[in-house]
Amino acid sequence: MLDQSLSGGFANPAQDSARAFRAALSALARPGRIEALTGATAPDPVSPAAAALLLTLCDGETPLYLAPGHDSPAIRDWIAFHIGAPIVAPEAAQFALGRWESLPLAAFPVGTSDYPDRSTTLIVERDTLSNDGPRLTGPGIEVEAHLSLPETAAFRANRALFPLGLDFYFTADDRLAGLPRSTEVEDI
Amino acid sequence: MSDYNFAYLDEQTKRMIRRAILKGIAVPGYQVPFASREMPMPYGWGTGGVQVTAACLTPEDTLKVIDQGADDTTNAVSIRKFFEKTADVATTEHTDKASVIQTRHRIPEAPLTSDQILVYQVPIPEPLRFLEPRETETRKMHALEEYGLMHVKLYEDIARHGNIATAYAYPVKVEGRYVMDPSPIPKFDNPKLESPAIQLFGAGREQRIYAIPPHTKVVSLDFEDYPFDPSKADHPCDLCGASHTYLDEVITDDAGGRMFVCSDTDYCASRQAQGHRGRLSPKETAA
Repeated sequence: MLDQSLSGGFANPAQDSARAFRAALSALARPGRIEALTGATAPDPVSPAAAALLLTLCDGETPLYLAPGHDSPAIRDWIAFHIGAPIVAPEAAQFALGRWESLPLAAFPVGTSDYPDRSTTLIVERDTLSNDGPRLTGPGIEVEAHLSLPETAAFRANRALFPLGLDFYFTADDRLAGLPRSTEVEDI
Repeated sequence: MSDYNFAYLDEQTKRMIRRAILKGIAVPGYQVPFASREMPMPYGWGTGGVQVTAACLTPEDTLKVIDQGADDTTNAVSIRKFFEKTADVATTEHTDKASVIQTRHRIPEAPLTSDQILVYQVPIPEPLRFLEPRETETRKMHALEEYGLMHVKLYEDIARHGNIATAYAYPVKVEGRYVMDPSPIPKFDNPKLESPAIQLFGAGREQRIYAIPPHTKVVSLDFEDYPFDPSKADHPCDLCGASHTYLDEVITDDAGGRMFVCSDTDYCASRQAQGHRGRLSPKETAA
């Protein structure tokens, strides 16, 4: 277990995190677009894409919430060694990691009207990601896009808070998609 | 390769900047505060743009840097050399070959593509700053979407000059919510703010980052009876003959002589290479 918590980081941290950030930027700037994201391995059940995202965006300055199912001693050790992010309650979290059904959406900060950027970014672990499902429109989307979201009501409620709201990343294996608060989500 | 960390900045700083960029993408037009670092160049020389570029670059990128449209001015040359040295990235002067373009005060004439990132150097990111000097107040005005003062300013332009006299840094409304300063680009460039490329804005001294995602609605503020007019000098380029580009006026002697040339040097040069000629083009030498 010790071995597992010490390994799995980027081989070339500066270059690998630069590439991972570009995938994260592209995914969030073009909601619905699925990017590949590899190079990191965290203890199960954290996906390689989520592990790379954590290494790229989180550090000792970003309080992190681990949802039940992703809150194991092995994962905490891995985060303590590679990232150093304090593990906190959802109310204090800048980032959160977990499966959709385990994340307490209502508890995360959505920002303030003065500082809408002070909201949580959620990394939602999924079994698969594909470009079918609810219709997405809004900034970053030329006409419309489709993404296999777990539901739509929560995202419509989140969009209604704009410019406040939560921002989402969806990860499955080595695949990554983004859904910022600005995206309109409709059932089809 | 030098002994600098990749792209000069340390990893913690890049993570902080990257988080600010992502929040900027999530709330288009909103100015995200970030902990701007001192860079090896003075404030006002593009420290904000350089930090955003450093946070975005990957080893595979090709970087282009322009200053007022030109690839060969001091600021552009120094920043290009800075990243050649610290990030070991390829550089180019051709808009269509670049994957990351850092710009001061222009948007390239050639249309951008979805594979490109345009990084603006921003001096004063707050569009309301010259109307209301207090940060606490402008922040509240953005929060309450209270932009009446900006329309009063544009109205006073019309009352005094007969038209909206703002010619650069012309305010825009992004996705129907935030009023944003597009940096001091000429208003001629405003229509190009709706683009398939990702546009990022960095203000180093003022410590703000903001963004326009691809295909985001960007509307230049105006009135029904005084619609927005992206005007330019009423001349063709004297070197390439283009009548659809933004022009610089160059004084050529002390007897009133002057010429108009494309401000985008790469666009002008590629048009000349295609055989376009203007009023003052050198005569063709017989081959």
